[in-house]
Amino acid sequence: MGNCNCQSKKPNSVNKNNAVKVSTEMSIMDVIGSWKSRWNIGRMNYKVNPGLYITGEPDSDSEVFISSNYKMSFDILRKNLKGINAWIIVLDTAGINVWCAAGKGTFGTDELIRMIDKTSIKDCIDHKRIIVPHLGAPGISAHEVKKQSGLNVIYGPVKASDIKEFLKNNLKTTDKMKKVTFTLFERLILTPTEFVLSLKYSPLFLILLFLIDIIIGKNGLEVFYKDILIFFGTLFFGTILFPVLLPFLPFRSFALKGWILGLIYITSINLIVFNSVHGNYVHMLTAPILTSFLAYNFTGSSTYTSLSGVEKELKISLPLYGLSILSGVVVLLINFF
Amino acid sequence: MKYLKNVAQLELDSDKCTGCGMCVEVCPHAVFIIENKIAIITERDLCMECGACQINCPFNALNVRKGVGCASAVIKGKLTGSEPSCGCSDTSNCC
Repeated sequence: MGNCNCQSKKPNSVNKNNAVKVSTEMSIMDVIGSWKSRWNIGRMNYKVNPGLYITGEPDSDSEVFISSNYKMSFDILRKNLKGINAWIIVLDTAGINVWCAAGKGTFGTDELIRMIDKTSIKDCIDHKRIIVPHLGAPGISAHEVKKQSGLNVIYGPVKASDIKEFLKNNLKTTDKMKKVTFTLFERLILTPTEFVLSLKYSPLFLILLFLIDIIIGKNGLEVFYKDILIFFGTLFFGTILFPVLLPFLPFRSFALKGWILGLIYITSINLIVFNSVHGNYVHMLTAPILTSFLAYNFTGSSTYTSLSGVEKELKISLPLYGLSILSGVVVLLINFF
Repeated sequence: MKYLKNVAQLELDSDKCTGCGMCVEVCPHAVFIIENKIAIITERDLCMECGACQINCPFNALNVRKGVGCASAVIKGKLTGSEPSCGCSDTSNCC
């Protein structure tokens, strides 16, 4: 903890809120915290307090960075401010990252104006610049901020790791800094959360499978064990392999890409386990639906899907899902009688 | 990576556009370029309807159907009859 040193530089400062000095080093607890968050352990409650923070010893010429109060967002920012004297204003985004919160509007013009006032940042600086992360732009109206606070919003890079280069480049973002990517690594890092989230509904599916297998099959338990394997394989394909293979799967629709992946999966299983291409028709009809749905669900984590597109996908795939599952039920009943 | 063809709802009113370049500045998918002192949409299919261009256009020249391209938000919205809203808090890529 340190004092907001703007008070010594500007004696008439009205700033009574002491800025909190933060380290630019990640502690072991920060690393564990973000690891836990990736695995969806306490992810919804990983927050820092909104307010004014500093790295190093900022003065009235130092830049002001805006962040959200999702701890991982804040940590990534401060880690990339190593060796830089800067002010950080953390907005109250209810613990949601910058991009999501900008979409919701909680990382927004009103909240920014509120925090500019609350932190009295204008008393700390002689310039009129604040640096808003590029992905905060959907929530912030730069001209509105200017009108209400007199401060100029400068949109920084998408990735905090480009901040040093951005500062060297006289606060200009290059085309590359402005562009959102979705690289293999960026997709891979999301898969634990996807997988853990999909497990949430697994007990329900497993109970259903168990009941069906016990009621219908002669060797109910044996069939159930196979079904368990196939089920978790489907989750693995839908939540881990799908994100990895996303750009390589044909067609643009996530649901369709996922369905194809599921079909490949179930066909391979049939060939390996059951020694036939079609194997169990019920598996053929239902497993690709599950991978398709998991894939469709991944639109929420992707960086390039639009609301209109996601709605269109649902409109088309929902009836097809229903039809496919219904056919599966019919096959089950035919086998039973 | 491109999403579905011809779904993104993004309109640019060239009469209002002054070519200030703010849309080029904020768009995360490089949808706009400035040509002959006016903004043009290069490829609408790249638009993810985040709404950054619209809210940052000082001249009201842009119209986007702003929303989150997130399945669970869309489903939740349909089930509850409300606007699709993101309910998650992932790192940088969620919703």
